Order: sequence, then C-alpha cells, then structure tokens
Amino acid sequence: MSEVIASPLPSTEDKPRRHEGGADIVRIGGVQFTWPGRNPFTLAIDGFSLGQGERLLLIGPSGSGKSTFLSLLAGIAKPDAGKIDVLGCDIARLDGAARDRFRAEHYGIIFQMFNLLPYASVIDNVLLPLSFSPSRKRRAEARGGGRSEAARLLGNLGIEPSLIESGNAASLSVGQQQRVAAARALIGSPEIVIADEPTSSLDRNRQQAFLDLLFTEVEAAGATLIMVSHDESLAGRFSRVADLAEIAQASRGGRS
Amino acid sequence: MIIVRLALQSLANRWLTACLTILSIALSVMLLLGVEKVRTGARQSFADTISGTDLIVGARSGNLNLLLYSVFRIGNATNNITWKTYQDIQTNPDIAWIVPISLGDSHRGFRVMGTVPEYFAHYHYRRGQPLTFAAGAPFSDLFDAVIGADVATQLGYRVGNKIVVAHGAGAVSFLEHDDKPFRVSGILAKTGTPVDRTVHVSLGAIEAIHVDWQSGARDPTKAVSADDVRQMDLTPKAITAALVGLKSRLAAFRVQREINNYRQEPLSAILPGATLQELWGLVGTAETALSAVSGMVVITALLGMVTMILTTLNERRREMAILRSVGARPSTILSLLVVEAGVLTFLGVLAGTLLLYGALMGLQPYIDRTYGLHVAVDPPSADQLKILGGIVAAGFLAGLLPALRAYRLSLADGMTVRT
Ligand SMILES: Nc1ncnc2c1ncn2[C@@H]1O[C@H](COP(=O)(O)OP(=O)(O)OP(=O)(O)O)[C@@H](O)[C@H]1O
Ligand SMILES: [Mg+2]
Repeated sequence: MSEVIASPLPSTEDKPRRHEGGADIVRIGGVQFTWPGRNPFTLAIDGFSLGQGERLLLIGPSGSGKSTFLSLLAGIAKPDAGKIDVLGCDIARLDGAARDRFRAEHYGIIFQMFNLLPYASVIDNVLLPLSFSPSRKRRAEARGGGRSEAARLLGNLGIEPSLIESGNAASLSVGQQQRVAAARALIGSPEIVIADEPTSSLDRNRQQAFLDLLFTEVEAAGATLIMVSHDESLAGRFSRVADLAEIAQASRGGRS
Repeated sequence: MIIVRLALQSLANRWLTACLTILSIALSVMLLLGVEKVRTGARQSFADTISGTDLIVGARSGNLNLLLYSVFRIGNATNNITWKTYQDIQTNPDIAWIVPISLGDSHRGFRVMGTVPEYFAHYHYRRGQPLTFAAGAPFSDLFDAVIGADVATQLGYRVGNKIVVAHGAGAVSFLEHDDKPFRVSGILAKTGTPVDRTVHVSLGAIEAIHVDWQSGARDPTKAVSADDVRQMDLTPKAITAALVGLKSRLAAFRVQREINNYRQEPLSAILPGATLQELWGLVGTAETALSAVSGMVVITALLGMVTMILTTLNERRREMAILRSVGARPSTILSLLVVEAGVLTFLGVLAGTLLLYGALMGLQPYIDRTYGLHVAVDPPSADQLKILGGIVAAGFLAGLLPALRAYRLSLADGMTVRT
C-alpha cells in the first residue's frame, strides 16, 4: 500500500499557509513507517496536526513508538508513505540532504541525555546549529551575534557565565547539560522545538526548574514545542496532551 | 569552520590513541623511506667508489669476487697473477696506464695494499675525482706508508708515526712484521670509499716484509734485517690484481677479450660498471623483498588506524546523532571521519619523514665510519614524494571504511542511539 491515503484533515488544509498564531504548523496524513529488522516495528499515522505556538505533551508506554514519531516529525526517519507537511513543506518528499537542511533551519532538538559533544566547550555546543542553518545564523546575528545570543540564552537558563566560555561540556552536571541542550535547541529561534524526554534524567526539583526555563524561552522565541514524557504529572503545563495511541497505530511483525 | 574545530577537538580528546596511531604510521613510513635511502645510498656509494678505471684484471675467478676484493676490500683473492703476466699486459697497445695492487696483509683491522705511486694519480672516485693528500706525500722510501683518512682518525696517526703491518687480513693478528716497521709518509683526504680504510705501501715493501717468510710464518733461520733487505732485488713475483686505464673506452671489450683469452695464465678482466650491474641484479631480489616488507608495514599501520577509528565509532555514535540532530548531513559525518583518517595519516607521514631525516643526520657519521656507507641527507626524490602522497591518499581511502559504517549507523539510529 504505497498510495498516499486521503487525509482526514480539516478543510483548512488547502488554504495557503501563513505563520499566523494558531494556524497549523504540522500536518501529517496517511503516514506509514517501518523500522526494518527481524521483528519490524510499524507506525501508521492517519492524521495529525499541530497549531503554531502549541505546546504538546506526547505520552505513551515505553516502546509504543514515541521516539519514532519524533524521528518522522524531525525528518530524521523518512516515511514509506504519506505526507508530513511542516511549515507548508512536505518533508516526506524531500531527499535526505534537503531534509537535513530543513531540520537545521526549523528545528531545535533535545534528547533524553548525552546531548552535548563532551570535548567541545559549552559555547561551541550551543553555536553548533548555526553553522548548519543560514537563516538561524542570520536571526542570531540580528540579535547581536551568535555568541552574545548564546550567552543570553545560557544566562536565562541559569548557566553561570564562568562556565560559558571556558567550561568543557563534559564537566557539567546532567541538569546543566540539559539546559545547555535547551539553549542549543533555541538559538536562532527555530519554529519547532522537539524534546524527547528531556527531564527523565533529572530529579523532580530540577525537572520543574528545567521546564520553567524551557517554557519561558520557547514562549519568548514564539516556537512550537513537542515534548515526549512518561510523566503525566507534567500535563498541566501544556496546551495539549496526547497519548501516542490516539495519534498513531503501532504494530509489530510483518506488515500485510 | 566550527565543524573542523570540533573534529580537531574530538581528535584531541582521544589524543593518546591518536598519537599512537600517528606514531605507528610514522615508524612505518620511516622504515619505508629508510630502506629506500639505504638502498640508493648503498648503490651510490658503490658506484662512486671507482671511476676512471676501465678494466680490472685478476686471476680467473668470479667477476663479482674480483671486483669486491680489488676495489671494496671485501673477501680475498683466490689466486695471484705472476709479475711476468703483468708485464705482458702492460705492453698491450690499447692500454694507457696500469697499476698493480697486492693485498693480503693488514694493520689493526685495516687492509694493507701494496701498489705503485702512480696509483694515487690514476685511482679516481665519485665521477672522476682524484685522490688528494690531506698531509704528507706519496711514499718515497721503501718503508713508507700512505694511510686513508679513516685509518688516520680512528688510530690517531700523524705523518711520521711508525706502524707495524700484520700478516693476514684479520682484525687481530698474532703474526706481525714487527721487524720491519713503516713510517707514515702521507695521509689521504677523506673520500667516502674503502680507500679511507686502506694502508698503502709500495709493492717493494710487500716483497721486503715477506722475504724471510715461508708458507705463512717467519723462518728465523733466514731472517733478513730491515737494512739488509734494501740491498736485495725487491721486484715482486706476483700481484693480486691490476687496475687498467685504456686510451679509448671503445677498446674495452676487445682488451677484455684478449686478457680473458691469455694463454699463459687463466685471467679475468672485468668492466667495473658492468660488474656492479651484475651485483645489483643479484641483490635486486633482496631489495624487492625488503621494499615489500616495508610496504606491508605501512599497510599494517593503516589497518591499525582503521581499527582504531572503528573501535571509537561506537562511543562516538552519540556524537554522530547530535551532529545529525542539528542538521549535519550523513555526508558531513562521512567526510568528518575520512578527513580524520587522512589527517592522522598525513601527520604520521610527516612525522615519519622528519624522524627519518633526524635519524639520518644523527647517524650518518656513524654509518659512514662503521660501514663506509655514505647515506646522503638530501630531500626525498620525486618518486618518494609520490609514494608519500600515495600513503596519505590511502589513508583517506582507508577512512572510508569506518566512515561508511558511521554513515549507515547514523541513518539507522533515528532519534535514539541504540547500542
Ligand atoms: N533505530 C531503530 N532501528 C530499528 N528499530 C527501531 C529503531 N528505533 C526504534 N525501533 C523500534 O521501534 C519500537 C519503538 O521504539 P521507540 O523508541 O519509538 O519507542 P518509545 O515510545 O520512544 O519508547 P521509550 O519510551 O522507551 O523511549 C522499538 O520497540 C524498536 O523495536
Ligand atoms: Mg523514546
């Protein structure tokens, strides 16, 4: 079944898309994706959309395919069928290089842990996306240059100035590393911030502190946030909470 | 150029393995270049030893043997030529000059060679350079000796010193011609050839110190004093070999044939250049084997580097995932690893070359002294540069292996690194 499924999205779909508040920034339709292997895992998404500026919390049991969903959304994995419209561009149809380029320009990504290049300085870790994205670089320049923008974000996220220039990423605590990763995801104001369980390696207090900072910065940048977490207690802080099972059907074994 | 900086930092983070990799490449390159240097150095040294001599005549034996003992003082003559034969050859109308040499004795490990004063005029080396005296003059008295530069420096001899010649060619000899000491009359300038390690005396002197000897030992009943011997007829009965210069080199093959067909005595005449070629043909296989081995060592070093990069790949998967997440293409990751391998190889080649030249400069006097081998410290030849460039290129290529693997992994990993 390689045909694109007619998507059950609202009829606004065909209207020309602008970046105005609330308009859909992501629309997925008829997506089918399989991880190859002896016991292949398949994820099917009939329809899904996300408004600009939304803050979505995605929950679901382990192994249900949340990270896979994020991989598709970020263009790290390419669907076998269907379309993934992001900012009006179907990234499912882009070739690998163009998807990488698109990701660099429009996404900030935070992993669960080990977000930083351990041998590089804190500031270089934060500046990394700018060397892959001209438009984010331009935006950072417009606000006074990459370095000062990085320093500002790091400062807002509570990283001491003494660590910024001299600090080696490997010498930071896990909580500090996650905040540096947040600064990296936010620099140059990408439209979409994707965070895959960014707080699961933090203790409860630091979880809250991290989310406070992240939310403030995401809001200031006007970005859309998609975050995966096991922890449903965080739900109150998000504008929308969804279980992956509502969005996508996961199946195992050979696809018929 | 943050990516390049990060690549270097990543490498610096693994400096110990990186340094060891560079070192192993450096040592292999050093071996490869060293073998080549010694090879060309040896060839040059041999080729430079004799020049201007068109033919060497000796008793019939292998060509190589004749060349080795007469010019390089390696090995011994199996037989002598009679003086009568020598005089016969001398009358050949094609011959411009002929210089007899007589070997068999030694002085503290240095060969003693009997010859005539003309030797110093006719023996040329290194593309026609004549022998020159650093001090003193050719022999004028019967018991005068002219010593080579190494003999003088290693034994600390000066003009006027008395030396005693030993019977036989060994480094240590218990049979000495101590009843007839020699006086150093001259010291030759350094040539970088076996001449430096030779003690030259007159043919008459060789005859004189052996008059009272019989079958390798002194006969006390017939002892002749150094003064009495001067009154005797010291015309030699035999010589070991003769160096011949021709009026025209075109005659070389004809004269060679005439001498080889000499009726009264079995003789061999050789053209030094042609015989050297024969020698190269003989050692060529060994040289090829040696080059092959050093080539293998380079390949081993490159494989070691690939292994090193491959083993770090797992721990660097995270690094790749991070780079991918910020928008690095798989091709960026590919080139990162290829460049890493290339840079490591380049540094290895550079270090190996520098180490070799350092070692050459340090060891050159020693090699010269002990082996009489003048290894030139000149910049690498065009061919060698090509080989070095080839190694660096091979390093880049070898980097493709871990790079392609990283490429595959970075595509397959998706959002989460699974190990
Ligand atoms: N890179 C991959 N290659 C092959 N199969 C994969 C890959 N990533 C995930 N999978 C498969 O997809 C399934 C879903 O994995 P995924 O990581 O998306 O789940 P998840 O909901 O994020 O789980 P968790 O909460 O534990 O992170 C896994 O069971 C695995 O078999
Ligand atoms: Mg996951």
